[in-house]
Amino acid sequence: MSDGRSNVFARGEEFLRLFKRGAEFTEELVTENERLRRLLMEFETRQESAARSPHDWNKLRAELVGRIQSLEEQYRTVRERLQGVEEENQYFADRYVEVEEENNALANLYIASYQLHSTLDIAEVLRIIIEIVINLIGAEVFAVYLLEENTRRLQAVAAEGLELSAFPVCSLGSGSLGAAVELGKTKCWDSTSDDDFSQPLACIPLVLEERPIGAIAIHRLLQQKDGFSLLDHELFTMLGGHAATAIVAARLYSRSERKLNTIQGLIDLLAR
Amino acid sequence: MAKRRILIVEDSPTMRQLLVLALSRLADVEIVEAQDGMDGLRKVSGDAFDLALIDINMPIMDGLKLISLMRSEDTLKDIPIVVITTEGAQEDRDRALQLGADEYLTKPIQTNRVLAVAKSLLKA
Repeated sequence: MSDGRSNVFARGEEFLRLFKRGAEFTEELVTENERLRRLLMEFETRQESAARSPHDWNKLRAELVGRIQSLEEQYRTVRERLQGVEEENQYFADRYVEVEEENNALANLYIASYQLHSTLDIAEVLRIIIEIVINLIGAEVFAVYLLEENTRRLQAVAAEGLELSAFPVCSLGSGSLGAAVELGKTKCWDSTSDDDFSQPLACIPLVLEERPIGAIAIHRLLQQKDGFSLLDHELFTMLGGHAATAIVAARLYSRSERKLNTIQGLIDLLAR
Repeated sequence: MAKRRILIVEDSPTMRQLLVLALSRLADVEIVEAQDGMDGLRKVSGDAFDLALIDINMPIMDGLKLISLMRSEDTLKDIPIVVITTEGAQEDRDRALQLGADEYLTKPIQTNRVLAVAKSLLKA
């Protein structure tokens, strides 16, 4: 009998548990139902108010169209500003490249003139001219000529790429080289005469106080060099003046030093 | 911040001065000059360097020999090397790179190019 009673109790509790769960589930359903009813009522209200009159529709549509136009206008403005910024960036990028090139040119010119005027020894001056023409211009075969005052002939005194004797002596005013030196202006040619070196690729007269004292004749450029750049022409102008001054100054110093030594020797002799 | 040390090995005083002027634009660098390969080897063996710029055609010891010696030495083999030379042929470039140069620039140089290469090798 007690077994039967306990069974009944257990089944009763089970039923109660199920009933409670069912009640909770029903309550949840009712709550969700109410929520959905409320949403539905809201939608219906809005729909009714929107569809109440054509005037409201037009007003709503005008508002939306106005909003679209305003956004399109903002978009156009932003695009224009972006384009302006891009153009400005490009301008600054181009300007940066220009400034770097100018900086490079100034560095080359400064170094070249500094070196030329750093010595009063004629051999050193000629060596520096050779260095400048090799390293800063990029020439492989060239010569430095000096004008002999008495004979008015141009004689190679320093060279690179070939022996000095390979470069011919020429008279001032005759031949491509002589004519260019007499004029006193740098001249470039498209081609050169490799067989007799009578016509170089470039002739840079060395001029002091409008008088030519010599020239640099470039016959061949380094393999990697296409031709003469703007910087090269600026170096030609610089060399034409400063190299001439450096050479004349070195010559004068050398002569005065020799005279000084001679006079000193005489004084020493007389003092004995 | 410790200064980065750059060695310039170049027999032309004009080129050395130009390279010093260009590299001086870098922040926190100390530049040391050598006038030929042997002088360069002495200096690079005696002190730590972060970058070396080496010419090829030099008296006493040329640049390729110097590069070869540096790359065979444990304490020197990791120093980045830039070759700066008049030799423009492809085979010269290939040879220098095979010996261990990191970059190969031909003369006449653009100072901004030297600066860009130095910056990138010093950062690496």
